[in-house]
Amino acid sequence: MRQSFVDTIIDLAKNNKNLFLLTGDLGFSVFEGFKKQFPKRFFDVGVAEQNMIGVAAGLALSGKTVFVYSIIPFATMRCFEQIRNDLCMQDLNVKIVGMGAGLHYGIAGSTHHAIEDISIMRSLPNMTVICPATPEDTRNAFRAAMLRKGPVYIRLGKSHGILDCKSKQRFSVGKASLIKNGDDITIIASGAILYDAKECADYLLKNNNIKTRLINMHTIKPIDKNIILKASKETKAIFSVEEHSIIGGLGSAIAEVLAQSKNKALFKIFGLPDAYPKSFGDRNYLLKKSGLSAMKMASDILKVLRGR
Amino acid sequence: MDYQAIAKGLRKQIIMMHAKSNGSHVGSALSSLDILIVLYFCILKIDRATIGSKNRNTFILSKGHAVSALYAVLAKKGLLAGKYLKRYCINKTGLPGHCTKGCVKGIEVSTGSLGHGLSIGAGMALAKKHDGLRSKIFVLLSDGECDEGSVWEAAMFAGHHKLNNLIAIIDYNKIQAFGRTKEVLDLEPLKDKWEAFGWSVKEVNGHNFKELSRVLKNVPFNNSKPSVVIAHTIKGKGVSFMENKLEWHYRSPDNEQLKMALRELE
Repeated sequence: MRQSFVDTIIDLAKNNKNLFLLTGDLGFSVFEGFKKQFPKRFFDVGVAEQNMIGVAAGLALSGKTVFVYSIIPFATMRCFEQIRNDLCMQDLNVKIVGMGAGLHYGIAGSTHHAIEDISIMRSLPNMTVICPATPEDTRNAFRAAMLRKGPVYIRLGKSHGILDCKSKQRFSVGKASLIKNGDDITIIASGAILYDAKECADYLLKNNNIKTRLINMHTIKPIDKNIILKASKETKAIFSVEEHSIIGGLGSAIAEVLAQSKNKALFKIFGLPDAYPKSFGDRNYLLKKSGLSAMKMASDILKVLRGR
Repeated sequence: MDYQAIAKGLRKQIIMMHAKSNGSHVGSALSSLDILIVLYFCILKIDRATIGSKNRNTFILSKGHAVSALYAVLAKKGLLAGKYLKRYCINKTGLPGHCTKGCVKGIEVSTGSLGHGLSIGAGMALAKKHDGLRSKIFVLLSDGECDEGSVWEAAMFAGHHKLNNLIAIIDYNKIQAFGRTKEVLDLEPLKDKWEAFGWSVKEVNGHNFKELSRVLKNVPFNNSKPSVVIAHTIKGKGVSFMENKLEWHYRSPDNEQLKMALRELE
């Protein structure tokens, strides 16, 4: 994902003389190419995220489009009020690129995990929240963010390869992509955990003949209400899957839509518990511990369907 | 230009605005006013003719709570219709109690939470350099604002990048929201701090128009550094019973106090 991001931003910078890139001293072995090609539009502002957002706001108020980069907690939480006051209140063209969605920094520990960021960013007026799942999503997300007016938050994980996706629809902010169709249940996933959701759907088909409608909700704000309401009418149950706290993320966004509609679909949120992990390990270890493995989700889905 | 006469008139205006609205921060507004007058009537060259131009100076009131003084100055400059001043800080107004971009033409950055303006100013200064524009960015900060770590992040950044088109002015009235700066969180040695961060520093009497204009006309003080003017001021300046009093950070004058203040400013 990092490579797709850096290739795309170099492409964008070639065609947009107003594109600036700021980093909070991160991006070793990532940004060297950009820095070499566009030395006047690249700034490592140092380990000072509040200033990074403020400087980005000043550049944006002067007509620039600014991408800012750091690890998610530092890019979104350390400088939250600058994002709120400087970027969102003034609706500025600053695109926050956060690396390390959910548990991607695994063994680095809780300071580097990002389990609250979607909830926080989603609550900000004017903010768009995009969580790419695939390298292609990432490329599309950056192109879309460049064109979209106002602040955008792009939440990146690591690449988990090409996803075999049947959807031929064009990427559009606020329009989810259908990965595969099905009429029994719906799984809506966001970010790299989409790969595990797909594995879960494949398992359910193979072992239980359950046909899953699998949706990639790459944009969490604005959320694609239509695809949620359609699924609630046409399938028996909806399951959301995210690498984020069960509070305030994708599941909450879907629940907000469902709870205010007359369709009463069965609904369950798969996400990280409302807790900081007490045992440490890599991403796969932590996901498994949190019940976010494909197998565990499949067995939980079967339980829900059986009414247990 | 008769700065004294302008200042007297605007002080009356500001006190009436605060009396009518019960809005806070009259002391801060009176502390900043003389600096704003010199900026707008001598330095910035922002008026109705130039406001739309890209290559003009920009002003950020980082101590956004002193906005009543800025509204009064903008009205005097013809950038805001004077009749709106009566609507300061009352329901349905376009003139809220902290700087809000888009409300008034001359207010270009939303501020109110302290410690934001200098970073934004640094970003604007970078953009001007990139675009080859020779105009400057002026940012007015409060003394209490310098408690914020983000001010020093911005200061270090501007010093490192030698942003000689960025000018900070500190309204140093020595009283912050809950006490004297000396007692709450001592800023001294303030001049040394800015110098250590790579800035070129001058200290002035922030109520002496001659001194203020002489110094502000001479920026940058050093061609390879950003400039900061430490303006020694008096909170509540111009109204004897408000001067140097913490409570006028919050209070607004009642009818009797309004009459007394206006009489003093005759």
